[in-house]
Amino acid sequence: MSLWEYANPTRFMRTSGVLLPWLWGLTGLSLVVGLVWGFFLTPEAENFGSTVKIIYVHVPSALMAINAWLMMLVASLIWLVRRHHVSALAARAAAPIGLTMTLIALVTGAIWGEPMWGTYWAWDPRLTSFLILFLFYLGYMALWEAIENPDAAADLTSVLCMVGSVFALLSRYAVNFWNQGLHQGATMSLDKEENIANVYWLPLVITMVGFGLLFVTLVLVRTRTEIRARRIKALIARERMV
Amino acid sequence: MIALLLRDLTLAIRAGGGFGLALTFFLIVVVLVPFGVGPDSTILSAIAPGILWVGALLACLLSLDRIFALDHEDGSLDLLATAPIPLEGVVAMKAAAHWVTTGLPLTLAAPGLGMLLSLEPAAFRWLVLSLALGTPALSMIGAFGAALTVGLKRGGLLLSLLVLPLYVPTLIFGAETVARGADGMATATPLMMLAAITLAAVALLPFAAAAAIRINLR
Amino acid sequence: MIPELGKYAGAVLSSYGLSLALMAGLVILSLWRGARVRRQLAEIEARGKKHD
Repeated sequence: MSLWEYANPTRFMRTSGVLLPWLWGLTGLSLVVGLVWGFFLTPEAENFGSTVKIIYVHVPSALMAINAWLMMLVASLIWLVRRHHVSALAARAAAPIGLTMTLIALVTGAIWGEPMWGTYWAWDPRLTSFLILFLFYLGYMALWEAIENPDAAADLTSVLCMVGSVFALLSRYAVNFWNQGLHQGATMSLDKEENIANVYWLPLVITMVGFGLLFVTLVLVRTRTEIRARRIKALIARERMV
Repeated sequence: MIALLLRDLTLAIRAGGGFGLALTFFLIVVVLVPFGVGPDSTILSAIAPGILWVGALLACLLSLDRIFALDHEDGSLDLLATAPIPLEGVVAMKAAAHWVTTGLPLTLAAPGLGMLLSLEPAAFRWLVLSLALGTPALSMIGAFGAALTVGLKRGGLLLSLLVLPLYVPTLIFGAETVARGADGMATATPLMMLAAITLAAVALLPFAAAAAIRINLR
Repeated sequence: MIPELGKYAGAVLSSYGLSLALMAGLVILSLWRGARVRRQLAEIEARGKKHD
């Protein structure tokens, strides 16, 4: 029994069909517990007041925004090396989720920034890199939409994903360099994750798990949809042939 | 391969506007900026490095879709793909031809336009140097984007969407070099980064672009 | 029921609200499209069986 057996669409459909109800349940449970705990039961922080509660949506979504891209990169590589269609479709399915997560991270960051930094938007390295990541997601999805032939689309988006990953990483460092070059020493730090107290840590871990599960669940749902859509295309093509 | 480069250059010149179009666009962008932000020369000289780099980048973007589109339409791209020279080399030569017709004239014209934007006198050589080092990367990255979208009907807008995020590092280091040069600071670090991006792009992206073309021609 | 949020109430509530709305939108869209595609597939498969 190897992992590669799930590359068979039929097998993937069966297994994911069994798993999905459980995943939905676990996702809902961890999200509800984590967010309710984070929203209702955490005390105000010294410097941040009640805005500390925003980290329970901000940090997990930022985490998943990056992880979604990593997952797409791995899925693209698997597609290019082993030609498993499920892998290519999973990469396609993950992109809109990553896009939404990036958007959530940006929006909550802006809302948090307004009372803390006095501005919704600053060209802080992290914010800027996320904006660039957002553009990468848009381009990747647009390329998928634009190409008719499904295999060519999978190939080209995989190539784009690999090249894009290199450039996204490069942009991350370039942006760091650029902003420090403009004003020495970050006036605004986001390092509260690093020295966070236990009261805040536990619900944060739960919401991270929740967002991760939500990502997995949605990827499965969307991949199933993509497989079905692919099958519809094949059936229609066959009807035309007859 | 040299023959291919010469052929592309001849085609670009004969088609008219090969050299001129990007250059004119660059000029127009630079002329429009003072109308937008006002004629105050202190503001203009502060934003000049960024405007010049963004203008060069947009002018470069303008002609990207022509790198492969014409050859794809008349079928010569298929011939080139089956020719005895490697497709990677073809891609590199196409990018080189694009650079000669856009990047090079932009680099040469930039000082004159810098004057219009009252760029600091100290920054002129850094402007030319950074553009000379950076625009080959713009052409090569653009050739990769053009290779991805070569078979598409409405590829132009998509091409911009794909290529512009990839231009971010080049733009940052390029504009930073000029800005530092204008302030009299050390420019070695951004210049080296810029050169590194260009070298890496020229060395690696032909393979990605050639792979994309092979997929598109399948 | 809602905890004391102090002067940042607007910021906290709107960021939770927007995040939940975006996530709900994504979930609903995914499920909706999934259901629609599944219906189409069932329809086409049924049509295919008739022909056989």
